[in-house]
Amino acid sequence: MKTNVRKLTILGISTAAAMVLSYVETFIPVSVAVPGVKLGLANLVTLFLLIKLDWKSAAAVSAVRVALTALLFGSAASFAYSAAGAALSILVMGLLKITGVFSPVGASVAGAVSHNAGQILMAIVLMGTREIAYWLPALVLSGVVTGLAVGAVGALLVSKIDLKA
Amino acid sequence: MKNKRLRNDIILSVALLVLAIAAWGVIRFTHKTGEFAVVEIDGKETARYPLGDDMSVEIVTGDGHVNTLVIAGGRASVVSADCPDKLCVKQPAISRTGETIICLPHRLVIRIEGESGVDTAS
Repeated sequence: MKTNVRKLTILGISTAAAMVLSYVETFIPVSVAVPGVKLGLANLVTLFLLIKLDWKSAAAVSAVRVALTALLFGSAASFAYSAAGAALSILVMGLLKITGVFSPVGASVAGAVSHNAGQILMAIVLMGTREIAYWLPALVLSGVVTGLAVGAVGALLVSKIDLKA
Repeated sequence: MKNKRLRNDIILSVALLVLAIAAWGVIRFTHKTGEFAVVEIDGKETARYPLGDDMSVEIVTGDGHVNTLVIAGGRASVVSADCPDKLCVKQPAISRTGETIICLPHRLVIRIEGESGVDTAS
């Protein structure tokens, strides 16, 4: 099998960009009492790859980003939360892409909300406390808002950046 | 085609928002004023304090971390913690059954329960 150098390069740059976005995000204070509320800037990259390339590329970059970010800036617990969120998010966005019912903005909203839901599920498993589900409304709310913002920027990137050039 | 997808996006976003607000409303209004603040570490109950008595206690979790729980005017809150994110300190004071203050790094949960001691929420 011949290695596709162009694709390899794109995925490498994408991974680096996603990690930088994850890191930059830690400097943006989101002063809410509920853990797990964040902008989700790294989802820009996942969204972009999902639309421009394919699900496998987006999932691979997302997985590598989560693992490396946790290794460099996070902890075992933060890795478990991010991994659960990212896995559910990429699954939902992938399914939505197949159905083609939503634009990138809709996919981003669904991805953000499912990311937060995945984190809550992981927290329930790790903490053994179902009451954490009470955070779900707040996290769905923040997911819609951040998902819309990230989706809008993502849609812009999709229309402006041409990978074939 | 494009307008249809845009319309779907809006439907999805609004539906999620309505769902979140409805769920919040249900949680907010189905729970009565509680009687006890129950302390759980690692999923196991370690102490319970009546909400009627104003008090302050330092909760020491398994690995030596400290959270300070304060009960005042029938409401429980965490006023200080030695974790990096201090999310439990930012969480609002709780007084209704099923409400919680959760410190993820210390695996600590403060939960409000009713008079029977049975958790009406689950």
